[in-house]
Amino acid sequence: MSNVLSIQNISTFYGPIQALRDVSLEVNEGEIVTLIGANGAGKSTLMMTIFGQPRAKSGAILYRGENITALPTFQIARRGIAQSPEGRRVFPRMSVEENLLMGAQVVKYADYDSQLKMVLELFPRLEERFAQRAGTLSGGEQQMLAIGRALMSKPKLLLLDEPSLGLAPLVIKQIFGAIRSLNRETGLTVLLVEQNANQALRLAHRGYVLVNGALTMAGTGAELLAKPEIRAAYLEGGH
Amino acid sequence: MAYALQQLVNGLTLGMIYGLIAVGYTMVYGIIGMINFAHGDVFMIGAFIGIIVITALSGITAVPLGLLAALIISAALCGLYGFSIERVAYRPLRGSFRLAPLISAIGMSILLENYVQTSQGALERAIPNLIPGGITLMRQDGFAVQLTWMQIAIMAVTLVVLAVFTYIVTKTPLGRAMRAVEQDAKMAALLGIDTNRTISTTFIIGSALAAMAGVMFLLYYGVIDFYIGFNAGIKAFTAAVLGGIGSLPGAVLGGLLIGLIEAFWSGYATVAYKDAAVYSILAIVLMFMPSGLLGRHEVEKV
Repeated sequence: MSNVLSIQNISTFYGPIQALRDVSLEVNEGEIVTLIGANGAGKSTLMMTIFGQPRAKSGAILYRGENITALPTFQIARRGIAQSPEGRRVFPRMSVEENLLMGAQVVKYADYDSQLKMVLELFPRLEERFAQRAGTLSGGEQQMLAIGRALMSKPKLLLLDEPSLGLAPLVIKQIFGAIRSLNRETGLTVLLVEQNANQALRLAHRGYVLVNGALTMAGTGAELLAKPEIRAAYLEGGH
Repeated sequence: MAYALQQLVNGLTLGMIYGLIAVGYTMVYGIIGMINFAHGDVFMIGAFIGIIVITALSGITAVPLGLLAALIISAALCGLYGFSIERVAYRPLRGSFRLAPLISAIGMSILLENYVQTSQGALERAIPNLIPGGITLMRQDGFAVQLTWMQIAIMAVTLVVLAVFTYIVTKTPLGRAMRAVEQDAKMAALLGIDTNRTISTTFIIGSALAAMAGVMFLLYYGVIDFYIGFNAGIKAFTAAVLGGIGSLPGAVLGGLLIGLIEAFWSGYATVAYKDAAVYSILAIVLMFMPSGLLGRHEVEKV
């Protein structure tokens, strides 16, 4: 199993505030790895630090052995990493179609038709809204669009930041099912950030727990699900 | 009636030139959120390159060919000016406090004016009317409504340029990248868009449009000096604000309206106060529509 993403002892700051403390994690080819943690633990910061937004102050980020820590953001994307980011960030004054086209621009629209078909089969709602401005979509539809846009480039590594946010339970199930089948059928490697720890850990091969910017636990999905601390903190009582 | 029609023709011609310049203001504002005060001076340089090319080619090539060459060469060189201005004066200040690039832009504007003043002289430069004649649209009470070939040429060129420009912005990957950077630069970078390059391209295109407007201004009025960029720039900026800054159709609409206001005010009231009329109407419109005629006020869902 070859290493796709290796994060080595990174620390990230927002001004004087340290958001990540000495975080190290690995994602291997064909794996689904999840990062769980409470609100404000630094999960999204980690996802954006991979893209150099903000840059890690210390440590290194390797993608397939190449040090990408200091690369410009767009160059990191051109390596084959795609992200459905926190807050969805669809382009509000572009149509659904144009948003999906933006997702495919990095690979110069290679396999555009087949990727589009796959995304629209996954999210039929996007087909209904194809010509509509993304800013007028509901939150859940925007979430679908953000994930679909990330898939359009046929990424080798997909970063999903809370894909379940704002979606109905049925759609969440559908998205998690889609991630699983993409992973099985195409070997897509996924790093998944979730507050929805139960489903994420069931889906993932391995997981990490982030608390106040530092990793506190790691293990397979099943191992983490069985831990009493995890059950108490993330699975029972509200979540 | 005939007199009004004549003002309409004059106003539309002038308005198209303003519209072309205004597009550059609004594009730059959309993508990096600053007013490029040097934009009017790029227009002025475009007019000067036009006069140099036309003078050099006069007698050598046919007039239409010479004019086409003037448009193309001026657009290309001014594209280079726009690119350089952004690199030298604005990019180093990106991420700085908001006023910094604005001050830098004013400095760049003064620099360009003085550069042209010293290299081309402070006197007015003139060319003869290269496309004389026209057609008479109607006659009424001894007043003939003239549509000159020059006006037709200016409108035709502007419409073609705007059509090509609209196609680029709405249909091509480059145009989508420009709009993506405008709407969310960080997300565009996350999708592999080189935002710096996209911003450079925006400056190149905006400056090329201003250059063509400059050449047409030269042809229409026949007289230019190093200071024309100031007035035309302010007018075009007003057009961009009137139409709704950030909106491309708004910039063209604003340009046309300002051209028309100027023409009708000059025709029916007094030429001396035509600028006052323009700015008064801007003030009135902004009082009731603070984001301009076609500006955004859509609520984005969170």
